Amino acid sequence: MSTSDFLQIALFIGVLLALTPFVGGYMARVYSGERTFLTPLMSPLERGIYRLCGVDPQAQQRWTGYAVAMLAFNACGFLLLFLILRLQGYLPFNPEGIPGMSADLAFNTAVSFTTNTNWQAYSGESGLSYLSQMMGLTTQNFVSAATGMAVLVALIRGLVRRDGTVGSFPVDLVRTLLYILLPLSLLAAIVLVAEGVPQNLSAYVPATTVEGAQQTIAQGPAASQIAIKQLGTNGGGFFGVNSAHPLENPTPISNFLEMVFILLIPMALVYTFGKMVKDRRQGLAIFAAMGVLYLAGLFTVYFAEQNVHPELAAAGIETSAGNMEGKETRFGVVNSVLWAQSTTAASNGSVNSMHDSFTPLGGMIPMFNMMLGEVVFGGVGAGLYGMLIFVVLTVFIAGLMVGRTPEYLGKKIEAKEVTLALIAIFTLPLGIVAFSAVGSVLPVAAASIQEVGPHGLSEILYAYSSATGNNGSAFAGFGADTPYHNTMLGIAMLVGRFFMILPVLAIAGSLAAKQPVAASAGTFPTHGPLFVTLLVAVVLIVGGLTFFPALALGPIAEHLAMIQGMQF
Amino acid sequence: MIQQQIFSALRLIVVATLLFGLAYPLGFTLFAQTMFPHQAGGSLIERDGQVVGSRLVGQVFTQVEYFHPRPSLAGDGYDAADSDASNLGQTSAELLQLMSIRAEAFRASSGDGPVPIELVTASGSGLDPHISPAAAARQVARVAAARGLAEHEVEALVIRFTEGRTFGILGEPRVNVLELNLALDSLAADES
Repeated sequence: MSTSDFLQIALFIGVLLALTPFVGGYMARVYSGERTFLTPLMSPLERGIYRLCGVDPQAQQRWTGYAVAMLAFNACGFLLLFLILRLQGYLPFNPEGIPGMSADLAFNTAVSFTTNTNWQAYSGESGLSYLSQMMGLTTQNFVSAATGMAVLVALIRGLVRRDGTVGSFPVDLVRTLLYILLPLSLLAAIVLVAEGVPQNLSAYVPATTVEGAQQTIAQGPAASQIAIKQLGTNGGGFFGVNSAHPLENPTPISNFLEMVFILLIPMALVYTFGKMVKDRRQGLAIFAAMGVLYLAGLFTVYFAEQNVHPELAAAGIETSAGNMEGKETRFGVVNSVLWAQSTTAASNGSVNSMHDSFTPLGGMIPMFNMMLGEVVFGGVGAGLYGMLIFVVLTVFIAGLMVGRTPEYLGKKIEAKEVTLALIAIFTLPLGIVAFSAVGSVLPVAAASIQEVGPHGLSEILYAYSSATGNNGSAFAGFGADTPYHNTMLGIAMLVGRFFMILPVLAIAGSLAAKQPVAASAGTFPTHGPLFVTLLVAVVLIVGGLTFFPALALGPIAEHLAMIQGMQF
Repeated sequence: MIQQQIFSALRLIVVATLLFGLAYPLGFTLFAQTMFPHQAGGSLIERDGQVVGSRLVGQVFTQVEYFHPRPSLAGDGYDAADSDASNLGQTSAELLQLMSIRAEAFRASSGDGPVPIELVTASGSGLDPHISPAAAARQVARVAAARGLAEHEVEALVIRFTEGRTFGILGEPRVNVLELNLALDSLAADES
């Protein structure tokens, strides 16, 4: 590894680690209803919203009430977005005269942004009006992120409380939006626009190039949306190629900021968790398990991307820069792999390079991150509640080994919680393996695959991993914009989101009704290296056993072919 | 109960849309246009009162007297309203063949020797405004000969337009092709 590559990675991780306790501690105060430095500014607005929407900020919901409020809000959001996308041709802020979306594409896109996936079967600059980008997508970027964070906080309250309530969905949502997402987005948007990300409502600009050709330069209110797209682990690009686009991510500074924002809230929420359960060692243990998985993945992708097909050297090509197909000069390999690992560890899904053109192993790790359920820091809220599902499973297995009823943070984990955890985990093989398997044999579905050979299987596998994991990144050669895939990927996104959230809320409700038991000699400690190792092992074994056969036929087969010099 | 929940949810999404879908982006547009009008407008470059492009967006150069950018898959090449990449995998016969054709073409125009990999690979956006200093150095002799300039003059210009890593750490060293070519043209205009 070159010194400059090492320095960039170290600085990135160092900055994130330094910010984690500040942001994490701040969020704990927000969710505990405490005063923060933004309270004087935001609380009039907050109270105004409660009054307008008929919300009683004191009322506490049981898990069922919380779930109904969450589902109703998401359903309304979906419908509104669907209508905006269908009707955008008739609505204002559309200088390019972009027509309404087809029904299947609008369904796919509306599901995608409501579920915090931000899978994009359209290309932003040719498929969306500015109104759709702002009122439709920017809004969902905010509220879908806040939904995930709210659900996590409900689960944490379930671990802490004993009166059966888990909080209030509207209050958690509004406080997340006003105190966390809005101020951080504004901060990022200012830096981004200063670095060169456009923020205007103008028509695309015609230019006459130096050689006299015509070039049309896309414009739009981009900076404000890109800020929240990174912060809320949304990931939907303003422009078609996402943060590889020089107007979406123009400089190494904008790139660094956008990368930090991918992981900032997911990392900090682990600290928030430790603080809210009043035992920071618990947060630290989960953070350590996530950190181990993150670094292992990062270095695998990094070293994989130093390689290229052996035939290139024979063609007289100087390959010391590594695999540069689909990567930008200003970022090079190191910033591309840092991004790829971060965006799939978290369920962000934005890209600054094209994962489809990664080396076979370099592309496998991002896919594997998504298959694990994106629990390596993961999506805002979603990553940690996903990891807590694995924690439930781990304490259950540990409980079997020591022969006692398993406990977590003083709450007994019983048959009900374990069953619910397994339902949640089962969404992954259902959405990924089952849907990809059907897609790779049905002719109507398989027609979307761009490449022959094992890479073709990787493309469809990546698509359904991304949808089910609510990631949104793609092996973009895959022709996803067909009625079949728009519909099936839409269903996979819904399954991956809500078949995860509902069991999580049910677990929260079940735990919230339990009285804590005192720790005894037979209690398995859920901090310390032994637990971290067990947790990492459970995550890897569940993922490994479920997905290894598919990975062997796709990226692993392709890797073996590549080192033999084969091509397809 | 459920009806009340749905009514409340409806009001919430409407308020959120007004706040985050209109007030936030429109308010920020006003702020950005006031504070950073050049950047917020897409960092456009004008020459003789005409927009020739954006500093941040690459464009096509095929003539021998200009530095050439990377191959592009955006539209017909550097279509800045249609960003795109090849998305071909490393074992794709099509990609490998494309790369050797590009390498041969480059050697034919710019002399024998190894070709830096980014000159035969398409970028992620198809709009990459940069090439590496090595890729620029490889084109100096061709550009100098075509313009009747001394190689060291062109070389000096390349060095002037080479951006290092930000703070010495972030990103990769690079040369902005459009800015370099504009400087070449104004160099010629000064001398004539």
